[in-house]
Amino acid sequence: MRSVIPVLTVVAVIVAIWFAGSIGMNRAWTVDQAERRGLELSAADIIADTLRQERPVLPTPAQVMAELWATTAGEPVFRERRGQMQGNPRSLFFHAWQTLAPTMLGFVMGTLAGILLAVGIVHNRAMDLGVMPWAIASQTIPILAVAPIVIVVLNAVGLEGLVPKSLISAYLSFFPVVVGMVKGLRSPNAMDLDLLRTYSASNAQTLWKLRLPASVPYLFTSLKVGIAAALVGTIVAELPTGARFGLGARLLTGSYYGQTIQIWSALFMAAICAACLVALLSAAERATTRRMGLGR
Amino acid sequence: MSVGLAPVRQRWIWPALGASVVVIAAIYDVRLGIIMGVWLGAWAVNGWLAGAARGTGVRVMVPLIFGATLLALWEITVGLYDVSPIILPAPSLIVAQFAVSTDVLWADFQQTILKGALAGYVIGCGAAVLVALAVDRSMFLQRGVLPVGNFIAALPIVGTAPILVMWFGFGWQSKAAVVVAMVFFPMLVNTVQGLKASGAMQRDLMHTYAASYWQSLFKLRLPNALPFIFNGLKICTTLALIGAIVAEFFGSPTVGMGFRIKIEVGRLAMDMVWASIFVAALAGTGFYGLVALIERWLTFWHPSQRRR
Repeated sequence: MRSVIPVLTVVAVIVAIWFAGSIGMNRAWTVDQAERRGLELSAADIIADTLRQERPVLPTPAQVMAELWATTAGEPVFRERRGQMQGNPRSLFFHAWQTLAPTMLGFVMGTLAGILLAVGIVHNRAMDLGVMPWAIASQTIPILAVAPIVIVVLNAVGLEGLVPKSLISAYLSFFPVVVGMVKGLRSPNAMDLDLLRTYSASNAQTLWKLRLPASVPYLFTSLKVGIAAALVGTIVAELPTGARFGLGARLLTGSYYGQTIQIWSALFMAAICAACLVALLSAAERATTRRMGLGR
Repeated sequence: MSVGLAPVRQRWIWPALGASVVVIAAIYDVRLGIIMGVWLGAWAVNGWLAGAARGTGVRVMVPLIFGATLLALWEITVGLYDVSPIILPAPSLIVAQFAVSTDVLWADFQQTILKGALAGYVIGCGAAVLVALAVDRSMFLQRGVLPVGNFIAALPIVGTAPILVMWFGFGWQSKAAVVVAMVFFPMLVNTVQGLKASGAMQRDLMHTYAASYWQSLFKLRLPNALPFIFNGLKICTTLALIGAIVAEFFGSPTVGMGFRIKIEVGRLAMDMVWASIFVAALAGTGFYGLVALIERWLTFWHPSQRRR
């Protein structure tokens, strides 16, 4: 709790810098407009105008918050169209869900596949030697940047909608889980493993009763890395493919039409989603470790 | 084949099982049989190598065989099933395209990696280290910056790309700006943590020597922080490449890897797209490897650098 005041201070400083930046960057437009109309503006007028432009270079935090509020609380998530209830493309919740659904589907697929591969790697020396170096090397490749191509290719094959985006998320959450779980499954020390050997425990028993429980902390650490990567992956996957719905599509249309406030509100929604997902995993981690008697 | 799972007396069971799978697949479809045969054959070689021999030779051979097998399977599958090159070009096609267009790819590499990513990486990481040094002097700021920095580092910062492209134009400067935004916070958090890594005893020792702040910084705390700093630098290599390439999707001059990928996808020239991806992969691994090499050279004393 003692870090509440420092955190608030740092956040306040960031907000203050942001406001100052808004005034500085939007000033040119205000002055230009005033000159064209032959008006003389006082400093106070200029500042007041920079804070409420329609298409500012840098919207103020207040404008972004107002837009966020208007597009979440102010719009119904569903609306009736041609006699059917459909998602309302004005609602940011609708766009967030369009991004979150593939993220979570892909995250679950990637995590399960990652855990399976990690179990294989721990039990099979050929897999360990053959696959592990590639898993580590693949972390250094900017896969995220090529996500859009995967979408285009999968669209060409006829896959559309949820699946292509979730494949990107799955791929991005897959490798952190593999690397973390291999570490976790190997974390029991020689004493514990020897003990299970003296009990004549089979490999499966050792896995269920020793290795998997021991790997839980590692699993949650890599899950948190994985879900953040998965969300970014979905957003980037939406970018150059002309997706109509989703946070990435919101960013893209905002950038096409110069709607800076829309871009920033989509960005904030993405940040809120990421924070919620990570917080959810942290809560699950705390609950699990407490049940296992590892909590502090 | 498997060291851990099968007892010795059942060794014959795995080859027999593999052979029957191949035969059944071949009866169903000859092409499938060939693919399964190559896969299981390579797998058996790897299993035998891993089980029979130890040493560094095996450590190099097994992953190489695995990688080569994947490539061979890719080539064979594309060839046998007549996959359209628009969906998935064969590796040989990609290599041919790569060899033909090296000058274009080199120009893209210069624009995206050498100008955009590298400039942003140096500015972002440098600024982060400087800010970390400033933050480090006050306990209050440290407590505030660490949680906020950790939070921001988990956010999809790459989404700022359209904004920064709007501000800094289509040139490499906007790509460098995106990279700065992406690498700053991970680097800041790692450096602040690293500066806290030296023990109280060691700091007290420096104090008894009447070392000044700068002396203890350069002689004790920065060297102790190096493993953390390099951890941050390594994470940031990949982030830098992602930032530079993604930013080009939002606008770029007519050169650059992101531009090339976007344009060639539109023209359905997938071999060129894959050649660009290949360059990106090479650049990513090379960049990471370079930083890891410098780390090995500077932090030779750290336990993680010991040779096995």
